[in-house]
Amino acid sequence: MNTVMNTPVVEVDKLRKSFGKVEVLSGIDFSVERGEVVCVIGSSGSGKSTLLRCINMLETPSSGEIRFDGSRVDSGRCRASDYRAKVGMVFQQFNLFNNLSVLDNCVIGPMKVHGRKRPEAEEAARALLAKVGMDRYVNAKPHQISGGQKQRVAIARALAMEPEVLLFDEPTSALDPEMVGEVLAVMRDLAGEGLTMIVVTHEMAFARDVSTRVVFMDKGVIAEEGAPEDIFDHPSNERTCEFLARFLEDELPAEEPRDKAMGARP
Amino acid sequence: MSAAAALPSTFWGWVLYLARTNWSMFLSGAGVTVVLAVLGTLAGCVIGFLVGMVQGIPYPAMTRSVGGIALRAVKAVLAAYVEVFRGTPMIVQATVIYYGSKQMFGVDMSAFVAGFVVVSINTGAYMAESVRGGIDSVDRGQTEAAKAIGMTHFQTMVSIVLPQAFRNIMPQVGNNLIINIKDTSVLNVISVSELFFTSKSLAGTYYQYFPTYLITCVIYFVMTFACSRLLRWYERKLDGPTSFELADGAADGEKARVKVPGRTSRALELLNGKDNSKRRAMR
Ligand SMILES: Nc1ncnc2c1ncn2[C@@H]1O[C@H](COP(=O)(O)OP(=O)(O)OP(=O)(O)O)[C@@H](O)[C@H]1O
Ligand SMILES: [Mg+2]
Repeated sequence: MNTVMNTPVVEVDKLRKSFGKVEVLSGIDFSVERGEVVCVIGSSGSGKSTLLRCINMLETPSSGEIRFDGSRVDSGRCRASDYRAKVGMVFQQFNLFNNLSVLDNCVIGPMKVHGRKRPEAEEAARALLAKVGMDRYVNAKPHQISGGQKQRVAIARALAMEPEVLLFDEPTSALDPEMVGEVLAVMRDLAGEGLTMIVVTHEMAFARDVSTRVVFMDKGVIAEEGAPEDIFDHPSNERTCEFLARFLEDELPAEEPRDKAMGARP
Repeated sequence: MSAAAALPSTFWGWVLYLARTNWSMFLSGAGVTVVLAVLGTLAGCVIGFLVGMVQGIPYPAMTRSVGGIALRAVKAVLAAYVEVFRGTPMIVQATVIYYGSKQMFGVDMSAFVAGFVVVSINTGAYMAESVRGGIDSVDRGQTEAAKAIGMTHFQTMVSIVLPQAFRNIMPQVGNNLIINIKDTSVLNVISVSELFFTSKSLAGTYYQYFPTYLITCVIYFVMTFACSRLLRWYERKLDGPTSFELADGAADGEKARVKVPGRTSRALELLNGKDNSKRRAMR
């Protein structure tokens, strides 16, 4: 692992993306190394989701390059489904498969995409579900569990594919406040284990404590990036200051109990 | 003329007489009707699913390619099929297909086979639209999630989207089955020996139209009613249990049954709430 530690696993080069006449991403350059936890912050509509979706090829870039392990992902050579299996995604709306049980949600990918046998896939899925604290719910259907539980299952489903990078698009934004902590706790564990993660989030406490780097996006470009201490304590960009000031006003009072909830988890 | 003397003289007498002496005719007619309706509905669903799936393929990505043009052509043909078969009466389709296939292509189908074909493609035309709606009703997020773990479009369709689409359009499948049980009666025009055709010949034999058709009426109703009950039961079965079994946890081995607040219990809660407020108001 140490030899590849410093080669970027994901590289984004002059990425532009327009929907019709509207340019949503106006030249993004950034790269992520193995083991990094990069938090992407920025106001609504700044293009954070679009960036993640481009990285995972759910959107086709208008121009620019995305490389994975040094090779272009948008060249015809690389099969989209093979690539996507290496880059997992956790969505704001969980997007669990409603016709499948919790366990089946986690085994369908390994079986269909990696060609695993069912017993093997089930064993791995059960272990992952145990890790996110959902092993007792293997038989439940998605509509029978809470939002926080759904998101933990969605994380287990993504992990079951053994991704090299896991993308999170506002994984806690659709959750009731009391469930945010349980999901963030799982994500903290994953970060602690060295999983490479790119996390779009509005959870500033999480970004500050867990990330190795924070990227601030504004109007389709990266306005500022750096170590969390630098971004949060000495932001150099004017827009970053405004954004953080607005956030600290609204969010800080709510941050305290949330942190406690995280700490309370065994 | 001794037989004539044994014939009943009252209306209900005729009903009983016809039912007693000709039950096997009614039964075989009803059998043909059920078989045609069920097979036709099943085949129609298959056709509907295929057509609906093709109609649902998005083409912005491949508009100018050869594949894109071919897809456009196939879609146009399928759209025409749906319009034509929804826009003409089944009784006319039956005659056109039965006599037309003989005269134009020299295909000598039996009336039963022709009837099956007509019911299938007719149902298919109606189901195609429902299937498209059923597929649209499965939220795009699930399709994206499947894509994001590397599943192909085909795998996503088969494992995720179609099972849910099928559940969503089950009521329409049931509707079509019931309609087909009734509408196979138009196939008497090409002499398929279904229930109505059988009844017509029976009525003609005795010159007893009302008693005969009353029996026919009852049989049709029993068949459609039984089908709608069966389908309701099948829908519930598809939905699975409303509660789930908690598996053995790592920490505690205790098994518990978790009751999920379903529609009924929520309704009960509401009722209880109302009761309480009433009681409070009364105090
Ligand atoms: N499929 C699409 N078609 C057209 N416009 C789109 C599409 N997807 C996103 N956009 C537009 O792109 C802009 C950026 O969207 P994006 O979802 O990337 O923002 P975001 O930073 O994730 O915002 P949020 O914090 O609200 O999730 C928005 O103005 C949005 O309206
Ligand atoms: Mg977003």
